[in-house]
Amino acid sequence: MVVFDKPHALTDVSMHYCPGCTHGIIHRLVAEVIDELGIEGKTIGVAPVGCSVMAYDYFNCDMIEAAHGRAPAVATGVKRALPENVVFTYQGDGDLASIGMAETVHSAARNENITIIFVNNAIYGMTGGQMAPTTLPEQVTQTSPYGRDVNHCGFPIKVCEMLATLDGPEYLERVAVNNVKNVKAAKKAIKKAFQNQVEGKGFSLIEVVSSCPTNWGMTPKKALEWVEEKMIPYYPLGVYKDRSAKEEN
Amino acid sequence: MVLKMADKVLMKGNEAIAEAAILAGCRHYFGYPITPQTEIAAYMAKRMPKIGGCFLQAESEIAAINMVYGVAATGKRVMTSSSSPGISLKGEGISYLAGADLPSLIVNVQRGGPGLGGIQPSQSDYFQATKGAAHGDFHMLVLAPASVQEMADLTVKGFELADKYRMTAMVLADGTMGQMMEPVSLDYDVKNTVEKPWATTGTNMEREHNIVNSLFLSPEKLEEENFKRYDRYKLIEENETMYEEYMMDDAEICVSAFGIASRVAKNAINEARAMGIKVGLIRPITLWPFPKAPFKKAGEQVKSIISVELSMGQMIEDIRLASECKVPVTLCNRAGGMIPTPEQVLEAIVNANNGGAK
Repeated sequence: MVVFDKPHALTDVSMHYCPGCTHGIIHRLVAEVIDELGIEGKTIGVAPVGCSVMAYDYFNCDMIEAAHGRAPAVATGVKRALPENVVFTYQGDGDLASIGMAETVHSAARNENITIIFVNNAIYGMTGGQMAPTTLPEQVTQTSPYGRDVNHCGFPIKVCEMLATLDGPEYLERVAVNNVKNVKAAKKAIKKAFQNQVEGKGFSLIEVVSSCPTNWGMTPKKALEWVEEKMIPYYPLGVYKDRSAKEEN
Repeated sequence: MVLKMADKVLMKGNEAIAEAAILAGCRHYFGYPITPQTEIAAYMAKRMPKIGGCFLQAESEIAAINMVYGVAATGKRVMTSSSSPGISLKGEGISYLAGADLPSLIVNVQRGGPGLGGIQPSQSDYFQATKGAAHGDFHMLVLAPASVQEMADLTVKGFELADKYRMTAMVLADGTMGQMMEPVSLDYDVKNTVEKPWATTGTNMEREHNIVNSLFLSPEKLEEENFKRYDRYKLIEENETMYEEYMMDDAEICVSAFGIASRVAKNAINEARAMGIKVGLIRPITLWPFPKAPFKKAGEQVKSIISVELSMGQMIEDIRLASECKVPVTLCNRAGGMIPTPEQVLEAIVNANNGGAK
């Protein structure tokens, strides 16, 4: 009896992620949802620039590699050309909340019928650990070696809270993958974000609070504890917008 | 819906481009307002919803070109248009389109630069269009219309060539071409039959997944991709180069100009011919690939070549190379949004005929 198997929506290519990185978990959750909804054949994914740049090799659906931060614009083009298909982007914090902020905000404002998986680990991983738009105050990175000084370079951006001020988006939720309970809740949110698109409800963004043991300079276990102790208090989990649920009530 | 316009109609250059794109089967347009090309967006905004197409005003030029990238990845015909400063912003996306071998059509209705420059006509994006649109080894097909009719014709041609060679075609016009009105006939037998098995349209669980991508971390693989692309460019240089020659048969002076400058030059050439000066015109229609052959021939035939440009002299470098510096090549130009007059060009022709390269 098979009790645990690889989702069909993931390829057999070995992932390049560091030990303890949570990208693997998040990839798997997305793939499980694609399998369960039976949409692999009509799904087109858009990969970012950053640690998950090679996501196009890991998902079995058709994939497009976008320029840094531009995935929501690329996804807009794909969705406008193929409205019956399912289109998702998978982006990190530098990609989505720094260089690609305009594309993020405007695709949300248009209520573009796409799904965005936004992985927030408070650091630029691929380039070796620089300060991200979501780096916490006082957090040490390669480009904030004395800790992030908010008087010098400002405050972290809370993407879900900010997008929730817009009339456009359908669904915004922040989840985490630091323990089993949170992983299960994350999957439920990701599934809803894809289901919304299938039902034509519009823009859904799931912010996944994630970890980066390598660039945080921690063991994988310590990094998950840091998520609980530092990240989640600054980035509270929960639903920030669910327009359909609100209308039903 | 049958969209045929066999009869002559009076149209603005920008509108002719928009209607021709629709006739060519383009149903997706993304743009951002900028003078002097905004009529293209306005026309698309009116027409697209009526024919089941998509006009979307993007939040920036950068977003617009990436929306183009998304549609192009699905294999459908798609375009954007802008003017000089906006094309600079699109540079990143143009490079990615090249790296992923995606077909698309981009229109640049040029204005004076650099910087915010002005809003009057210019040809000072010649270098950008033909040599340096963005980072990396690549070219765009660059088509230079000299009439409203050609604005339309070269738009259709641009879509066909873009599909055939999996690359971006640029219609390089200028503010005059965009704004002026002339009678046009829009009657095309459009070819839209290129198979696109690489397109990301969903696997339908019937094939391996397609990946549209410009990232190749292995230098051997990246080099191979570049060599393959340049093999294709070689075919384009052999098969798709276009130019017009005017009174070149017995010419002793050669004027060269593209776009609106060629219209001014023709007037001056007619006047010079009336004065008995043997002068002709070579008008490049494709700026890349550059028509080298007629200039090589001119280098062996004429006393000198005059490059008439709305810039500080950009095409002149390609003319010198193509004519192998066998005769003097001089510049007759205005810049910053100014247009040379026929009198200015005539003076340059008379000077050249008197043997005095200015």
